[in-house]
Amino acid sequence: MSLEFLVATGIGAVTAAGIYLILRGRTWPVVLGMTLLGYAVNVFIFAMGRLWQDAAPILSATGRVADPLPQALVLTAIVIGFATTGFVVELALRSRHETDSDHVDGHEPGHRTGYGRDDAA
Amino acid sequence: MSELLSLFFETHLPVLPVLLPMFTAVALLLMGDDGGEANHGGPLLQRRRLLSFVSVVLGAVLAWRLMGEAALGALNVYPVGGWPAPFGIVLVVDRLSAMMLALTWTIAVPVLWYAAGGWDSRGRHFHTMFHFLLMGLSGAFVTGDLFNLFVFFEVLLIASYVLLVHGQGRERFKAGVHYVVLNLVASALFLVGLAIIYGVAGTLNMADLALRVARLDPEQAALFKAGAMVLLVVFGLKAAIVPLYLWLPNTYAAASAPVAAMFAIMTKVGVYSIIRVHGVILGEGAGHAALAAEPWLLPVALLTIGLGVLGALAARSLARLVSYLTVASVGTILAGIGLYTPAALSAALYYMMHSVLAAAALFLLVELVATQRGEAGDRLQPAAPVAQPVLLGIMTLLGAASVAGLPPLPGFLGKLMILESSAMTPAHAWVWSVVLVTSVMTLVGLARAGSILFWNVLPESRHSIGAGSSVRLTRATLGLLGLSLALAVGASPLKRYTDAAALQLADRAAYAQAVLGKVGGRAADTTRPYRGGEGEVILPKPKGTP
Repeated sequence: MSLEFLVATGIGAVTAAGIYLILRGRTWPVVLGMTLLGYAVNVFIFAMGRLWQDAAPILSATGRVADPLPQALVLTAIVIGFATTGFVVELALRSRHETDSDHVDGHEPGHRTGYGRDDAA
Repeated sequence: MSELLSLFFETHLPVLPVLLPMFTAVALLLMGDDGGEANHGGPLLQRRRLLSFVSVVLGAVLAWRLMGEAALGALNVYPVGGWPAPFGIVLVVDRLSAMMLALTWTIAVPVLWYAAGGWDSRGRHFHTMFHFLLMGLSGAFVTGDLFNLFVFFEVLLIASYVLLVHGQGRERFKAGVHYVVLNLVASALFLVGLAIIYGVAGTLNMADLALRVARLDPEQAALFKAGAMVLLVVFGLKAAIVPLYLWLPNTYAAASAPVAAMFAIMTKVGVYSIIRVHGVILGEGAGHAALAAEPWLLPVALLTIGLGVLGALAARSLARLVSYLTVASVGTILAGIGLYTPAALSAALYYMMHSVLAAAALFLLVELVATQRGEAGDRLQPAAPVAQPVLLGIMTLLGAASVAGLPPLPGFLGKLMILESSAMTPAHAWVWSVVLVTSVMTLVGLARAGSILFWNVLPESRHSIGAGSSVRLTRATLGLLGLSLALAVGASPLKRYTDAAALQLADRAAYAQAVLGKVGGRAADTTRPYRGGEGEVILPKPKGTP
């Protein structure tokens, strides 16, 4: 089994778990799902620079070096992912506080649905 | 000294629309915002408003200046940090970028003026977030690098998340959770698409990509197309096209009026990115990957117009009606792009200018009408009459007639140009019938809304309960509406500009020449796609090799 196969199936499994969790109805699993999806995407970007063995991460005078650009890209993606995860956790908490429900639709299933503005009409 | 200053100004002009809102936002953050109604009208709030407004006016001047320069045909290339493309990130201001910048900053001035009429004190850090949003928008429009586009998307999105829930309340948080989750998933997809494209082409610089994609062999081209189609899904979500538009009506209807007005430009960021990736990089000269989105764009665009207008007909509140019309207008723009001819693209760009200005004006108008109707708000049901029926009625009439496409308003001109440009294409029967039928339906929907709002007055309340709107709010809305109507007066020079913009986009060689220094970008070939130090690739070796 090659390293590529292992990494690819790993990314696939984490993505699948992430998508499953994002499709859940409560905000907390959704946040977890997005975090997992973020991990999978980050490793995917990393793998797009090809998988290297015995290669330096930084350009040196001799010897092979791994493609440095995906490493820079993934660093940016991690920082942005971290910030947005922090924001979405806070938003989920505020939403729970405002709507008295941690359901993503802002109300418990089976209760009155939809957006208040239209319901009264 | 002044020479030095003007030299600095000339050199760094393309980056200034990004830096100006960034520094303004940081300054606003440092000034602090204790928030709350108690703060209303206080000296600190006045200072924040002044700084914010001066900065937006300055930004508008810069954007217009850039558009003036772009109109002469020059490609303004700015290598960030002095690193030459494709190694460093470049900002490129061509006619399309400059037009989008000018549009953004032009609507920002009246919208901010409107927001300073009270909305900015109903929560904390409105002005700060407004400027971060402007920074993200400007950055997305000037960047010449796909990954940098992602970064600016994130900047504008995170500002928009906060702006959306500005003013708080149940509705906003409900819509906010959906909006944020959808956009975060879209961001993940964006990265996947970018990674695939980088893995195939070895670059993310737009000019470099446009050259490289033509040289891919069919196998690589298929993978490249897959990456580009993932990006189409992402941009489609931002632009709100079928089937990814369902979030938009709830979100825009829940947002406060100035935020919704500013969001009118946000769907167009998606449209802009579709033009850059699918109209330019994967355009005619892209070899095996050429026109990857062609089978999809036009049908999806026409469906979007149809469903958007149906939604508008079914809407039960004015805000949702305008939101659905925004969806339909995106469809109309996309139809022009999907025709893949410079003439149609030019028509779509003209219609985009009108659509942004008209949608922003209508979102502000919705609030003016809603506050004057008391309890009923913007719901389409009989209620007390508005306090200023003549003023608001005429404004609604003008906005609605322009959106529906009645002559001589700019909406009519834009639709006419799109119809005209489709005349020679095979899809012309489809485009004509969908655009014309939906225009009539839009007119019906708006006429219904207008007659309910202004004429269907409850018998027990002959007199208006609400007071008239403040002069500032009315003037800001009138300003936007006036700008939108001015597009009809300036149609001829603007059309010449968009014609030239469409031709400039089609000229890949000139773009590459300007960005990469030489046609073909030979200098970059020795290092990319990256193969390691000794030109050795570690990939699974074919079986049987030692």
